[in-house]
Amino acid sequence: MTDWAIAATPPRWRKWLLAETPQSRLQARLSRAYLNWVAFARNPLAMLGLIIVAVLIIFAAFAPWIAAHNPLFGGDLQTERLLPPGGDHWLGTDSQGRDIWSRIVYGSRTTLVIIFMVAITAAPIGIVIGTTAGYVGGWIEGALMRVTDAFLAFPKLVLALAFAAALGAGIENAILAIALTSWPPYARIARAETLTVRSTDYVAAARISGASGLRILFGHIMPMCMPSLIVRVSLDMAGVILIAAGLGFLGLGVAPPQPEWGQMVSDGRAQILEQWWVCAYPGVAIFIVSLGFNLIGDGLRDVLDPREG
Amino acid sequence: MVTQPMIEIENLSISFGRGADRVDAVKSISFSVAPGESYGLVGESGSGKSTILRALAGLNPFWSGQMAIAGEKLTAKRPRALRRLVQMVFQDPFGSLHPKHTIDRILSEPLAIHGFEDVETRVRAALERVGLGPAFRFRYPHQLSGGQRQRVAIARALILEPKVVLLDEPTSALDVSIQAEVLNLLTDLRQQLGLTYVLVSHDLGVVAHMCKRLSIMRTGEVVETATADDLSEGHLLHAYSRQLLIASRGYDTQAIAAFGDF
Amino acid sequence: MDNSPILEVEKLNIRFDTPVGVVHAVRDVSFTMGREKLAIVGESGSGKSQTGRAILGLTPGKVTAQKLAFHGQNLVDLAEPQWRAIRGKRIAMVMQDPKYSLNPVMTIGDQLLEAARGVKEGAEARQHALGMLAAVRIRDPERVYRAWPHELSGGMGQRAMIAMMLMAEPELLIADEPTSALDVTVRLQVLAILDDLVKTRHMGLIFISHDLNLVRTFSDRVLVMYGGQVLERLAASELEQAQHPYTRGLLACPPEIDRRRQRLPVLQRDPSWMEPVW
Repeated sequence: MTDWAIAATPPRWRKWLLAETPQSRLQARLSRAYLNWVAFARNPLAMLGLIIVAVLIIFAAFAPWIAAHNPLFGGDLQTERLLPPGGDHWLGTDSQGRDIWSRIVYGSRTTLVIIFMVAITAAPIGIVIGTTAGYVGGWIEGALMRVTDAFLAFPKLVLALAFAAALGAGIENAILAIALTSWPPYARIARAETLTVRSTDYVAAARISGASGLRILFGHIMPMCMPSLIVRVSLDMAGVILIAAGLGFLGLGVAPPQPEWGQMVSDGRAQILEQWWVCAYPGVAIFIVSLGFNLIGDGLRDVLDPREG
Repeated sequence: MVTQPMIEIENLSISFGRGADRVDAVKSISFSVAPGESYGLVGESGSGKSTILRALAGLNPFWSGQMAIAGEKLTAKRPRALRRLVQMVFQDPFGSLHPKHTIDRILSEPLAIHGFEDVETRVRAALERVGLGPAFRFRYPHQLSGGQRQRVAIARALILEPKVVLLDEPTSALDVSIQAEVLNLLTDLRQQLGLTYVLVSHDLGVVAHMCKRLSIMRTGEVVETATADDLSEGHLLHAYSRQLLIASRGYDTQAIAAFGDF
Repeated sequence: MDNSPILEVEKLNIRFDTPVGVVHAVRDVSFTMGREKLAIVGESGSGKSQTGRAILGLTPGKVTAQKLAFHGQNLVDLAEPQWRAIRGKRIAMVMQDPKYSLNPVMTIGDQLLEAARGVKEGAEARQHALGMLAAVRIRDPERVYRAWPHELSGGMGQRAMIAMMLMAEPELLIADEPTSALDVTVRLQVLAILDDLVKTRHMGLIFISHDLNLVRTFSDRVLVMYGGQVLERLAASELEQAQHPYTRGLLACPPEIDRRRQRLPVLQRDPSWMEPVW
């Protein structure tokens, strides 16, 4: 039984990537990444997650061509408000006469930006704090971990709310607020991994060779933290979307008329019983994308951080 | 004329923990190793033999006493230049190579740290010296067998051209047939490169094969110092050493019945 | 004394499904054993551990055999309830490292009692447990009974493990490298205990090891495995006259204290050893 991913690779590349004897570091690295991809692709649910996220990215990139109408301004307020799904407006219109489908499509950009920015800010903060605490030990570890604990003690949404309220509305502040509440678990994970890795023979060998603390931290310890961190970040993305939606729901976050899924759900609150589509469809979008990231996270965990013997 | 010893250890003491939890792992050990010699430290678990090795390697700065390598006195802080003098091969081939580094990276990192220029040539030479061809250069450790990994570990230990190589049970985790190959390799390398070895093992057979002189250790103290000939002739003075020797010969009901608890 | 075979194995095969294909870990292994000490010797990857586990139905691989019978009862494709009646009660297994095979959150006493569940209960079980601890030459059975696994040394832990496995008085004991994680002197003491118990209880013992020199003085018969097959079978006393080059190679390569050589003989692996023996 051949993996479809292997069968799908052009034969020339396949030979190079599966070579028994890589000729360079690059080839070795790419070969490893390729084998990880093949293992990931074996998992149908993980592939489903990937497809969902791929669709999200396509929506964001090609929004102007996929959306049918203007997402910011609606049609005639007399005749176009709160139209049910069907006809010209696939998912109906909201209370401002705006096409819900188009707003969802453009809203994917906001979602993507928030996820990406939170991932690249919170994860590095967490890794650096966690690995430093784990490697250096002593009072520095104590201090860093107590700061982490303090941040962890607050419920994420409440803390994000507090930051957003203090910093004001707007997508940048929303991102900052979410990132500030997302890093503590990564610091915890990084520290736990560092404690294990610190006492291994390969780190001892590096020390005997004269490697400095920084070299060991970045070259030896951090790479070992990556698998569990990558998995955790992917799984967290679903939560980030929900928090962003929560912030949007409460009016903190993206400024109107920019479409943001959480805000769209909030806007539809008043009409939830009669014109249910205004709330429901953005909600479904949130659900699907969260699910997608969860599935990817699970799939990555099976490949990068397997627990079965 | 007496040549200066390569390794001189005097009254070395190492303990861990404080107060009630204090463990004296090494109690005032002294021995010296001549240049080009292979010295054995034999003992069971808890004897302190590996602890001595790790202190010599510079992994543990908390020791008291005097240690000198090639005449240079060692201090708690190990300056980078001194790192080139002594290197170590670890017991577990599966744990001593970074799982995410290629063999090339594992071998070139020490060279990069010490500012060597001709990294490419040295890495290739190192692999050849331990009997691994260039095909292994860009593989990852999990693609190598236990014996091959141990060869890489040996290559790494030699790449900085040390004078002293510390061997911490280098073959205990290997199959017997692979052990023979690795021990032969170590013997050849010592002759070719004029290295000094300190070999730690619980296996008297391995130590007798590799070393002319050895110390038998128990709970942090040297019980007896002997030569390999003493072992083969059975000339051991201390009861514990004799028991260890008998145990190494294999299962013998009568002999075991006479074992004492030490 | 009954000398009929207690275990009959004929053409045992174990296969693993891996992403890179089927791995044939054990190939057509056959042997019988009575109430004796049988050693299965091989290096890593030889299939010796998998063979031992297959007898207890503990291997994750697919087991097929022409015959795999314990006292005439077929062990292939047994249902779980039938296995439970055999495991621990009629066939038991001692593994390599007590650090990993003893439950760290239960006292030794509790683990001993658990091993005897269904066979002995209450005060009788406790007495039996203390008796077993004394049988494995533990000097203070009461103390060890109350102790936690992490409080015991390697040798003590392994002895407690053996005591635990013998609580239900099995007829066959499979020991998978039981002494490899122990110090040299402790190793032999544990072997002496095993020897003693096997003799007094008329048990069969399968001793799986990589150390040919250890088993030559300890066991009655030896099976040498390589690449999933049995390459040679002979009485332990006849090991010096072994025929197969692999066995001879294994015997020659460890360094010996009495006979020192400049270089150790290196085993030249002949690819023909991987070909089917039958």
